[in-house]
Amino acid sequence: MNVRTDPALRLPGSSSPVVLLDGVSRYYGGSASPVPALAEVTTSITYGELVAITGPSGSGKSTLLNLIGTLDRPSSGRIIVDGHDLAALDDRRLSALRAHRMGFVFQHFHLAEGTTALDNVADGLLYTGLPRRERRARAGDALHTVGLGHRLRHRPHQLSGGERQRVAIARAVVGDPVLLLADEPTGALDSNSGGAIVDLLHRLNDNGTTVVVITHDVQLAARLPRCLSLRDGRLIADSAYPTAAEASR
Amino acid sequence: MTPHTSLDHSRLRVTDLVRLGGNGLRTRPLRAVLSALGIAIGIAAMVTVIGISSSSQAHLSAQLSRLGTNLLTVTPGQSLSGEQAQLPPEAMSMVARIDGVETVGSVGKIDDAKVYRNSRVDPRQTSGLTVFAAHPDLLEAVRADVTRGHWLDQAPQNYPTVVLGHLAAQRLAAQPGDQVWLGDQYFTVLGTLQPVPLAPELDTAALVGQKAAEHLLGFDGHPTTVYERSSDARVSAVRALLPRTVNPEHPEEVQVSRPSDALAAKDAVLESYTGLFVGLGCVALLVGGIGVANTMVITVLERRREIGLRRALGAARRHISIQFLVEALLLSAMGGLTGVALALTATAGYALSQGWPVSMPLAVPLAGITATTLIGALAGLYPALRAARTPPMVALSS
Ligand SMILES: Nc1ncnc2c1ncn2[C@@H]1O[C@H](COP(=O)(O)OP(=O)(O)OP(=O)(O)O)[C@@H](O)[C@H]1O
Ligand SMILES: [Mg+2]
Repeated sequence: MNVRTDPALRLPGSSSPVVLLDGVSRYYGGSASPVPALAEVTTSITYGELVAITGPSGSGKSTLLNLIGTLDRPSSGRIIVDGHDLAALDDRRLSALRAHRMGFVFQHFHLAEGTTALDNVADGLLYTGLPRRERRARAGDALHTVGLGHRLRHRPHQLSGGERQRVAIARAVVGDPVLLLADEPTGALDSNSGGAIVDLLHRLNDNGTTVVVITHDVQLAARLPRCLSLRDGRLIADSAYPTAAEASR
Repeated sequence: MTPHTSLDHSRLRVTDLVRLGGNGLRTRPLRAVLSALGIAIGIAAMVTVIGISSSSQAHLSAQLSRLGTNLLTVTPGQSLSGEQAQLPPEAMSMVARIDGVETVGSVGKIDDAKVYRNSRVDPRQTSGLTVFAAHPDLLEAVRADVTRGHWLDQAPQNYPTVVLGHLAAQRLAAQPGDQVWLGDQYFTVLGTLQPVPLAPELDTAALVGQKAAEHLLGFDGHPTTVYERSSDARVSAVRALLPRTVNPEHPEEVQVSRPSDALAAKDAVLESYTGLFVGLGCVALLVGGIGVANTMVITVLERRREIGLRRALGAARRHISIQFLVEALLLSAMGGLTGVALALTATAGYALSQGWPVSMPLAVPLAGITATTLIGALAGLYPALRAARTPPMVALSS
């Protein structure tokens, strides 16, 4: 079964949004005293952008990323990703969206211990239904892309933190996603390895992948073309639209 | 880059599914073995007991078809006044005249005569042996065979000769040609018999010819058991006629029984034990199933992070639940196969040690494996659904 995209959501040319958030809120706690983790966020991200999300701890960065990544559903508001209104998709189609169109990178890598780098990356294609041989072939290519062509048979405990994160990034991009979501990918790394990861994200973005990356690192955020700032669940600044963000404050 | 307009489902190949299901077992082999053990024991107990009972039945029916189920025995009951009744001396010839009767034999117990190894043995030590006057046709009627030596019809009727049942020969340590002290004189052992399953009283018997019994031991001519075989079709008709034929005046003083029924009854006793053990096996199986469910619940809790990751990689809820269901199925199937293998070995070992044919109805191990699969599915269902409900983001932030 296919899901048709609402034509009204498709904007022409390069300004077409891969992510569109319209008054998105996420509350935790009972209905009696709901605590907003994210409140009334409205913004959009265009295909091919490289966007940083910053803000203090607890400001709702991960919440926002999980909502975009369809791992969580908003309490209110509308989210459109790659032309699909998420509210209209059931679990199977949301899963398909993640399997085919998105890649995730986490602060703590989440690699399978005891499994080679190659097979960890190949698992990024597990739910696309590709045959194993094909998954492994593409995994080899992805590992070469992230500069780990010489580490295919290594297991996570035989790799440095930076290398592990590069394996995780290879797993996220092996399916050639349009959207790469990274939650503090440099958070567990020293500044050298972290810099290499940021360079890698830049390179992937140059090849056309939209990248959304959460970071605490103000300097790092400043090196990225666009930066969204959150505080207490609200979008307080957007370097692309300074005045609009001021207005929504 | 342009937006894609259509969405496929995410999919998981069956081979990948089975590999994923086996993952948990491979990474924690000891836990897998221990939790499969309960199921293995339950299935092994049930299948073994059924296999042993089936082998014993096969043995029994082979025995019955060899011995025949057409043997009836006639013995005196009690008279109305409570005294021990007697069969008339001509009972045998009257039974022989019944339509359908093929062979008749008889023994008459001689209460006053005892048999000893020699004259110096204490008379109170009878070794549980009985002296009978035997009709020459007895052997044919009970289908007994001579182990060594000869049957009574091979010697002159009036001579003091005796044939010993197989236990009697053992207890007296006597062989053909030996002399045993019987009544007040030595009798020559003419032969010894093989075990007689349908007439075990002959195993402990010293059998003397009727003429010799009358002349030398004062036998009164009244048989105490008449053995009769008819065609299979006539068994029940003959059975109904026997009391009136043997003792027309007091048919109620005549008891008729069918020794093959006693053999079959032994089997019924075994069968009731089978029920008990199958019940116990069911309990073990249930406990085994609970063990698998328990293991799976723990596994799902431990692997929340893996679940979250798989969801991020594109697994739908059903992919998560089916992965853990397959893991539970593999776990219990492993237990089931091990249990059935154990049971087949145990059944074969026991049956062979008893000299029985090995018999195992194919349906039993098949049913066992089906049952374990069902148990695995049941045990895995709740943990699998729980795994599928794990919110991916919570799982990943841990
Ligand atoms: N499952 C949850 N239940 C209740 N509250 C939650 C839950 N997840 C997040 N929150 C709350 O929502 C708020 C935003 O959390 P979030 O994880 O998005 O912050 P963050 O910006 O990613 O912080 P950090 O930089 O520390 O990762 C926090 O106050 C947090 O306590
Ligand atoms: Mg966070």
